[in-house]
Amino acid sequence: MDNFANLLDGFANVLTPMNLLIALLGVTIGTAVGVLPGIGPAMTVALLLPVTYGMEPTQAFIMFAGIFYGGMYGGSTTSILLNTPGESSSVVTAIEGNKMAKAGRAAQALATAAIGSFVAGTIATVLLVLVISPMVSFAVSLGAPDYFAVMLLAFVAVTAVLGASRVRGFAALLLGLTIGVVGIDQTGQQRLTLGIPQLADGIDVVVVAVGIFAVGEALWIAAHLRRKSGEVIPVGQPWLGREDWKRSWKPWLRGTAFGFPFGAVPAGGAEIPTFLSYVTEKRLSKHPEEFGRGAIEGVAGPEAANNASAAGTLVPLLAIGLPTNATAAVMLAAFRQYGIQPGPLLFERESALVWTLIASLFVGNLLLLVLNLPLAPAWARLLRIPRPYLYAGILFFASMGAYAVNAQPFDLFLLLVLGLLGFGMRRFGLPILPLIVGVILGPLAELQGRRALQLSGGELHGLIGGWVSWLIYATVAVVLLWPLIGRFVVRPLRGRLVTG
Amino acid sequence: MSGMTTRPDRGGDPPPRSATGTGSGVTPVPAQPAGPEETTPVGDPTAAGAERTPAVPAPPAAGTGPATPADADPARRPDRAQYGVCAFLVLVGGLVIADASRIGHAVNSADPIGPKPVPILLGVLLLIVAAIYAVDVARGGAGEPEAGEDVDLSSPIDWRTVLLLIGAFLVNAVLIDRLGWVISGTLLFWGSAYALGNRHYVRNLLIAVALSLITFYTFAIGLGVNLPAGVLQGIL
Repeated sequence: MDNFANLLDGFANVLTPMNLLIALLGVTIGTAVGVLPGIGPAMTVALLLPVTYGMEPTQAFIMFAGIFYGGMYGGSTTSILLNTPGESSSVVTAIEGNKMAKAGRAAQALATAAIGSFVAGTIATVLLVLVISPMVSFAVSLGAPDYFAVMLLAFVAVTAVLGASRVRGFAALLLGLTIGVVGIDQTGQQRLTLGIPQLADGIDVVVVAVGIFAVGEALWIAAHLRRKSGEVIPVGQPWLGREDWKRSWKPWLRGTAFGFPFGAVPAGGAEIPTFLSYVTEKRLSKHPEEFGRGAIEGVAGPEAANNASAAGTLVPLLAIGLPTNATAAVMLAAFRQYGIQPGPLLFERESALVWTLIASLFVGNLLLLVLNLPLAPAWARLLRIPRPYLYAGILFFASMGAYAVNAQPFDLFLLLVLGLLGFGMRRFGLPILPLIVGVILGPLAELQGRRALQLSGGELHGLIGGWVSWLIYATVAVVLLWPLIGRFVVRPLRGRLVTG
Repeated sequence: MSGMTTRPDRGGDPPPRSATGTGSGVTPVPAQPAGPEETTPVGDPTAAGAERTPAVPAPPAAGTGPATPADADPARRPDRAQYGVCAFLVLVGGLVIADASRIGHAVNSADPIGPKPVPILLGVLLLIVAAIYAVDVARGGAGEPEAGEDVDLSSPIDWRTVLLLIGAFLVNAVLIDRLGWVISGTLLFWGSAYALGNRHYVRNLLIAVALSLITFYTFAIGLGVNLPAGVLQGIL
């Protein structure tokens, strides 16, 4: 029970008055920023990065944990009270949640979301503690070729599985990989620096994240700003009646079961598990007629799935250094700010730090519940913020955060260029996630690939390592060829089943 | 079900299909029509109507492969600006290749690959993707612009607002080191609020000054974050 002792140490680190205060602060500003319309969890973390710049790594991580869960919860409040969610993971919550709110049951919708998030977050964090050790020992056994294969899988998964259009996904991925190439290579060669000295160290991932998520989004929304903003449904103190509890607890547990595994695999994201949870609850419900008119199960299940999947994304993030959704990608960028590279070595070198982070997930989750039930009416008021102030504020904080990374105005021009790129990508429906994953993992993939080929003296067979890489390459092939497989294998089979 | 239908698929795999791939047991996909081969060509006119309004469920028949001919949609005004994206990709790809070919021979026994092949590969892939993209656009494929809480996609892009925002942004970038964050940040916030249509000049100025001062004292003085004091050095 090595883990257990480590976790207790982590709790001991978190449960000091100062650190508890930091956790509370993280949860509060995470929720407050996450509630603001137009700001999803990924942008929340990106915008709040500077808050942690002056802190010790331990305290910074405690704050991140709070911001992470707070941002997630804030997003669902927005979708329940305002509908038309910005985050794809909240789409399903909005279906029933907004209907409930319109029917005068906003308090119950928010309560089942808050308590469900707490239940799912806690269970999923326990699962995280249980699976992280086997995952790390597995990751330690991987060689450079296997790592290269894992990253290739991550590229293909975020590009081909999640998006709506493969070619647009690959375009975004390649642009991200290209941004990742910029800078001085390990051999001392300048690549794509265009003779600009500030580019020699490469483009900072934080600047990319803030540029694409915050500036790009603000410009895009400004270009299409709704002159009459959506109607906010007023809400009182969230509470659940006996009947609501009865109808909520099973969906919470089922949602958790859907969310965690999907969060943990590279092709994860919260869209699929929230959707599966919704469909399952609809099928199992004793009140199927209420679905589409505000069924509480339709909020409880997907919200739990959403939060559990958020905890699930931390498994590959911490154990392998693999971000599987946008928020995890920004978290990874934040870790890098502290010179910390997530991966199996992290658990050896910075064991105390990781376990403190995990302990603060538990603490943050509890604080979130305590905070959100009484503060819901205040959060709802935040939704009425005048839009010019909101988006001016995003640009303001984005500029501040990007400048503070290196204290050079050059980064602000870079931020604008990246923001315009983000604007263009939103206009043309290019997905954001492949780009950001490309920027973050591209240099690592190149490093591992070159390391693998070093052993084979440059022969391509060096890229094939143990059975892990075989398995991964096979998976990559299936994913890439899926449209063909679908057309020539699955459909004829299905057709035969129907006719036979 | 409608959770997924808010993103009608164009020229690629719709999310529900990826759910089929991963969650094989519980397939929530609208039962694919028994004989998809029959519906694919016929489903075109209905698909045409459905693609225009995201509220209507995406026709399952349309998303059977990447850019099937049935996706070509005569009723929809083709989004020709997408060729600009292809041109951009070609430009980037060309730039990457040109830059990489400039790199000399920097290979040694410890690094048999060197810094050159990866950018070359990326450049070539960019050109290939640009070509496939162009084919997809020619067949009527279109990306779906991103929706959001405050986004009204029925309105055209408001270039005046965007350009004013970029202006405010640049003012801050140019002045931040000279005048300091408190002044440049104030101009940024005030200018952005103006660009976004708020006309309470005095109130906005007060908010902007307050915000800049608060952030400066909290972050630069309190947390030791790098923010320049500029001309107000010694006063703040």
